[in-house]
Amino acid sequence: MTRRLLTGNAAAAWGARLAGVDYVPAFPITPQTEIIETLARWFDGGEMRGRLTMLESEHSMVTAAAAAAATGVRVFTATSSQGLLYAMEMIHAVPGWRVPFVLANVSRGLATPITLEPDHNDVLAARDSGFLQIHCASCQEVHDSVLIAYRLAEDARVRLPVIVNLDGFYLSFTREPVEVADPAAARAFLPPFTGRGIEFRASRPVSQAAAVLGGSQYSYFRYETHLAALQALPAYAEIAAAFAEAFGRHHPAVEAYRSDDAEFVFVMIGSFATKARDAVDRLREAGARVGLVRPRLLRPFPAADLRRHLLGKRGIAVIDQNLSFGKGGVLHAELASVLYGEPGAPLLASFIGGLGGRDFAPEEFYEMIDVTRRAADSGRAPEPRLLYTAGELREMRKLQAIAAVERHEDGAGKP
Amino acid sequence: MNEHVIHRVRDLPSAHLLGAGTAMCAGCGGLGALHQVYDVLGEKTVFVNAAGCMTLLANYPFTPFKGSWLYTAMASAPAGAQGVRDALDVLLAQGRLPPAEDLAPVVLTGDGSAYGMGLSATSAAIERGLDFLYLCYDNEGYGNTGQQSSGATPHAARTATSAGGRGHPGFKKDLFAIWAAHAPAYVATVIGAEPLDLARKVETAIGLKGPRLILALAPCPTGWDFEPAALVDVGRLAVNTGIFPLKEYRDGRITHTRIPRPRLPVEAYLSTQGRFAHLFSPRRDDAAIAAIQAQVDRYWQGVA
Ligand SMILES: Cc1ncc(C[n+]2csc(CCOP(=O)(O)OP(=O)(O)O)c2C)c(N)n1
Ligand code: SF4
Ligand SMILES: [Mg+2]
Repeated sequence: MTRRLLTGNAAAAWGARLAGVDYVPAFPITPQTEIIETLARWFDGGEMRGRLTMLESEHSMVTAAAAAAATGVRVFTATSSQGLLYAMEMIHAVPGWRVPFVLANVSRGLATPITLEPDHNDVLAARDSGFLQIHCASCQEVHDSVLIAYRLAEDARVRLPVIVNLDGFYLSFTREPVEVADPAAARAFLPPFTGRGIEFRASRPVSQAAAVLGGSQYSYFRYETHLAALQALPAYAEIAAAFAEAFGRHHPAVEAYRSDDAEFVFVMIGSFATKARDAVDRLREAGARVGLVRPRLLRPFPAADLRRHLLGKRGIAVIDQNLSFGKGGVLHAELASVLYGEPGAPLLASFIGGLGGRDFAPEEFYEMIDVTRRAADSGRAPEPRLLYTAGELREMRKLQAIAAVERHEDGAGKP
Repeated sequence: MNEHVIHRVRDLPSAHLLGAGTAMCAGCGGLGALHQVYDVLGEKTVFVNAAGCMTLLANYPFTPFKGSWLYTAMASAPAGAQGVRDALDVLLAQGRLPPAEDLAPVVLTGDGSAYGMGLSATSAAIERGLDFLYLCYDNEGYGNTGQQSSGATPHAARTATSAGGRGHPGFKKDLFAIWAAHAPAYVATVIGAEPLDLARKVETAIGLKGPRLILALAPCPTGWDFEPAALVDVGRLAVNTGIFPLKEYRDGRITHTRIPRPRLPVEAYLSTQGRFAHLFSPRRDDAAIAAIQAQVDRYWQGVA
């Protein structure tokens, strides 16, 4: 094992390299591009065996990825944001092929307006596709999760593609110390892919992704994919335990931080959860019994683990780095659906923040706990809050004033 | 070396490899062409399909194919072929696949995909030099959805979205030229009504490496409005009026494999199909027919 300073993108590329990936169909998009450039260099230099092919779009890239996986090689690909959405037809189609591969998504806010910075509307658009989803909070986790993701995707009970999600900029471009797995240890944890019957061969013809007639057959195959995704829960627990044994790092489906005796808990996914973690430490210093619960696995949804960690708490501050327009936070709704009606279900307060990389101030975390505490005292869940400070609004008003002046001058200058 | 074993009609395979009993319409020109192409290609193939009529060939748990099949989506069948070919190449290079187990990816799409939604994926596959065969059955419209106008619909044809008195206002895109402009290994037009010409071209295509297109005009009784029994007549008239030139592109040169002599007037073809009926009744539209004739004449003058 060697310790290196790696960006999240480099950590993802190392994960793919150590997984002995055979094939990478690729297409560039900020902030993902460093991943495919790194892999391209390694294929060129002979550090990786196999092939990287530049496709002309992410729709084609995901098609090629799944087609190659269906032919029996180990496939890795990566995208972000608009790229994931451009591929969305295939993102929903290929899980039904029941072939394993891994896609790293470097989260970035969706247009409109255009931004390069992260939130989770991109990856959550793939929520109902059949891809499993692992959400990372550190570069080490990215490296580890790629290896874990292959074991999970290829598990005979599962056989579904997996998205490993890392936040753009905050992980993709941030260097952190990463323990890079020893290649032999990685191979022992993840032996070379043999296809195990997933293949196109001259002597064994197969029809893949055929049509069905009628809702009954259709439902059968859709239910099968759902049941396979649920099988990924026990499979994940075993694989994470095997990983911990091999590498000494445990990555449970749900990470709980100082939450055992907590009255109030933050629930958050992704790298911004590390900010909540700092806030937990401060709040603890000030005597508040506060913790953090961070699902790493979002599909399948680790309902039992979440119940175990959250039932009996007084209140939960659910922080969504996404926004379902006209509804609110996606994670909040998901959590409510697994806690509602359970004995000891805590009160849920919903907060939207971190859109397009908008930072959280420590005071905002304190305020969120205050709001949640008051709500728990009153027994009524508050309206979802959109985090935005008076200072931000003042800055926005200034920009709008400039825009108005510019438009006025433009208009005045024209006949 | 003579690359052909098929010289005469009696050299053609006598039994079809593709199974019967599919969901295609009676008299489907696309299916007819596919039968003939498959007979020559054989079963060491994986057909990579895009959305269209032929998608319903592989209908769980049945398939007429002896070989393999992969449905992708309307836009990305060539990318599916890329993934399969790349994976097979990787396996071969690493000794993980016995050469006898290798397969040829064959993209199978309609015109809607080939001329439109899948054109970007096709162009990129050609530019990457992908070793694959593309079989387009061109029924000149989005057949599966009820024959709306596509990029392949000919001028004046009535479709579900050009049902007015003048039919389709646009002109058929020249996919042969678009492919040829990419300098691929091979491009050929074929039609089921000319089986010998078709078989020889498929044979030629098999003998080459790289991107290869077999573009089959696919008379479609349902979409074009003619009796299924007239399939072969309609096909022959498409060739003998010069509306559908049989030709091939290879090594930078275009060769016409059949020069119709005498060339019949276009109305002999147009009048066989309901989609052109408005050109003949209630009043004969001489101007429109003459314009179509002039366009065909201009084409053949260029061939010389
Ligand atoms: C992305 C997408 N848009 C629309 C459709 C609906 N659709 C299915 S088949 C088809 C027509 C395809 O036309 P063509 O390629 O000419 O094949 P044909 O139906 O004529 O055989 C369409 C529009 C689809 N399957 N996918
Ligand atoms: S609509 Fe036309 S192309 Fe489609 S199956 Fe029927 S005859 Fe064949
Ligand atoms: Mg068509």
